[in-house]
Amino acid sequence: MAKGTLYNKVWDAHAVAQLPTGQHQLFIGLHLIHEVTSPQAFDMLRERGGKVAYPARTFATMDHIVPTTSQARPFADAQAESMMQAIERNTAEFGVNFFNFATGKQGVVHIIGPELGLTQPGMTIACGDSHTSTHGAFGTLSFGIGTSQVRDVLATQCLAMDAMKVRRVEINGQLKPGVTPKDVTLYVINKLGVKGGIGYAYEYAGSVFDGMSMEGRMTVCNMAIEGGARAGYVNPDETTFAYLKGREHAPKGAAWDKAVAVWKGFASDKDAVYDDLVTYNAADIEPMVTWGVTPAQSVAVGGSLPDPAATPDAGERGSLETAYKYMKLKPGQRMTDVKVDVAFIGSCTNGRIEDLRAAAAVAKGRQVSKSVKAFVVPGSMQVKVQAEKEGLHEVFKAAGFEWREAGCSMCLAMNPDQLVGDQVSASSSNRNFMGRQGSSTGRTLLMSPAMVVAAAVTGHVADVRTLA
Amino acid sequence: MSKVITVTGRAVPVRGDDIDTDRIIPARYLKEITFTKMGDYPFFDERFAADGSQKPHPFNEARFQGAQVLLGNVNFGCGSSREHAPQALVRWGNPAQPGIKAIIAESFAEIFAGNCVMLGVPALVASKADVASLQALAEKAPATEFIVDLAAMEVRAGGLSVKVTLPESRRKALTEGTWDSTGLLAANADKVAANAKKLAYMNGYQ
Repeated sequence: MAKGTLYNKVWDAHAVAQLPTGQHQLFIGLHLIHEVTSPQAFDMLRERGGKVAYPARTFATMDHIVPTTSQARPFADAQAESMMQAIERNTAEFGVNFFNFATGKQGVVHIIGPELGLTQPGMTIACGDSHTSTHGAFGTLSFGIGTSQVRDVLATQCLAMDAMKVRRVEINGQLKPGVTPKDVTLYVINKLGVKGGIGYAYEYAGSVFDGMSMEGRMTVCNMAIEGGARAGYVNPDETTFAYLKGREHAPKGAAWDKAVAVWKGFASDKDAVYDDLVTYNAADIEPMVTWGVTPAQSVAVGGSLPDPAATPDAGERGSLETAYKYMKLKPGQRMTDVKVDVAFIGSCTNGRIEDLRAAAAVAKGRQVSKSVKAFVVPGSMQVKVQAEKEGLHEVFKAAGFEWREAGCSMCLAMNPDQLVGDQVSASSSNRNFMGRQGSSTGRTLLMSPAMVVAAAVTGHVADVRTLA
Repeated sequence: MSKVITVTGRAVPVRGDDIDTDRIIPARYLKEITFTKMGDYPFFDERFAADGSQKPHPFNEARFQGAQVLLGNVNFGCGSSREHAPQALVRWGNPAQPGIKAIIAESFAEIFAGNCVMLGVPALVASKADVASLQALAEKAPATEFIVDLAAMEVRAGGLSVKVTLPESRRKALTEGTWDSTGLLAANADKVAANAKKLAYMNGYQ
């Protein structure tokens, strides 16, 4: 049993009671909702004649279904329009905060929470979305929930939870030039597997995370769930506080100083006890790219594809064979020989300003290959405004990228941004599942934003460090 | 709320590790604002080609229609938190067909397993060898009745009897009929308010 970790401290501060089942009732400090997984929860609440217990603690936006070419209403897709009207109706009826287009603060739910300063160290955060783990970057306990649990949070501001174990994932040393947080998180998932984190919260620690920006930490925590860990976090430090200072919902004045003191107290103790510890060497990490249909099926960009025959476990071998068949790739093939048709930069994993800066730095002065459709989707309206202030949109457009409006876009393709047929996409998103990007035969290669640009300009997977 | 102590019915094996919730229900079906029609969509893209023709999949096979126990492998239900996935399994088929009422696998993704409990569906873990035996039995003799017994924590079918596990809190919630947690949580409203008062951020860090 872990002791003295941030996880333990946040859990204990929010544990309301033990339920007759033995589960724990956990108070949720921040509840984020979006249009896809909330309408049924509001309906259930209505059926039971309930109201939202703590409406000031729930914040809504829309991201999954919004088109990125134009936010004009009504949406062309009648289903998407109906979903929009549902969240407008529900937030109005139940008195829930709503960041719609008119506020200028709409965006991917896991991007706007931090950028508005809503996400604060020591909180419990829940959202009907598995990538809620993103918020752990601020030293929170944050995890995805299903719609019936969204109902529970709306009705009671609480969840019935079982305790988690804590694994410290420690990476020390110096990352090589050109290796990004996305590569770090893909590397960890590759090492621990997509099911390695089941039952765990991951504490990311060591000099690599100490030196990482908040945007980078968010990218890493975002994909904790892809390794099976429902939650991932980094202990709060001066980088965290500097990011939060001055943000709209962050405490101000005297309250700021008190808040920082409170936040520091949540960090794991030096003598904290963990259920498990793994350590990696930063220098071993290369720019990573997935080739298969799970986020663990990845290789260093210069590598070649693994041989299923060398895998002893029949289940894993079956997964590799499924991946090869679906991806139309062969063992031994070099990743840099794989051609791409679409290049997508965006998502809750890599749609923040720092990601766009990194991508623009590579795109500057280069041209997207004629055979590639390339587009950039800012993670929020505020990210878009900032990027335009810095002229990044001009860099992208000059290079041949389309510049879009904020939304989830082709990460999950619940909107017009979708692959067609068996197109191959170089994507800065988080999931390469079969059919994930909108075509039941579409193929996704996950990589960092800079690597997506490298693929876009060469027309194939390429090592951004050796770009001509 | 009903107590879930035993589930009795035929079984359908869905083989493969890491079957994610995008495979269980593709995202485009999440654009509906109710769960009502989710039963039309489980494994849709694995069952149907783009032209609407059927692909080989256990959910398409006549012998598995009406099955109530799903037999999966490793990390079943990984990926997206969408409750639409268990909703699609629970509502699978036509009104005459009961849908999936219990799932047995080698392991489950955490969010998926939690969503199952919220719907009164036990997500039970069995050993690799036992799952293989159960899957083989269901394929060889699909008419076999499986008895999922949460009191004895075992599954009995066609002479087989295998041990299954489930966190005790979930077993209690199911067998005592308290798996719909809203009522339990709401009963502690005073304690919730007291806890909220102690949290610095709830008081503006004053």
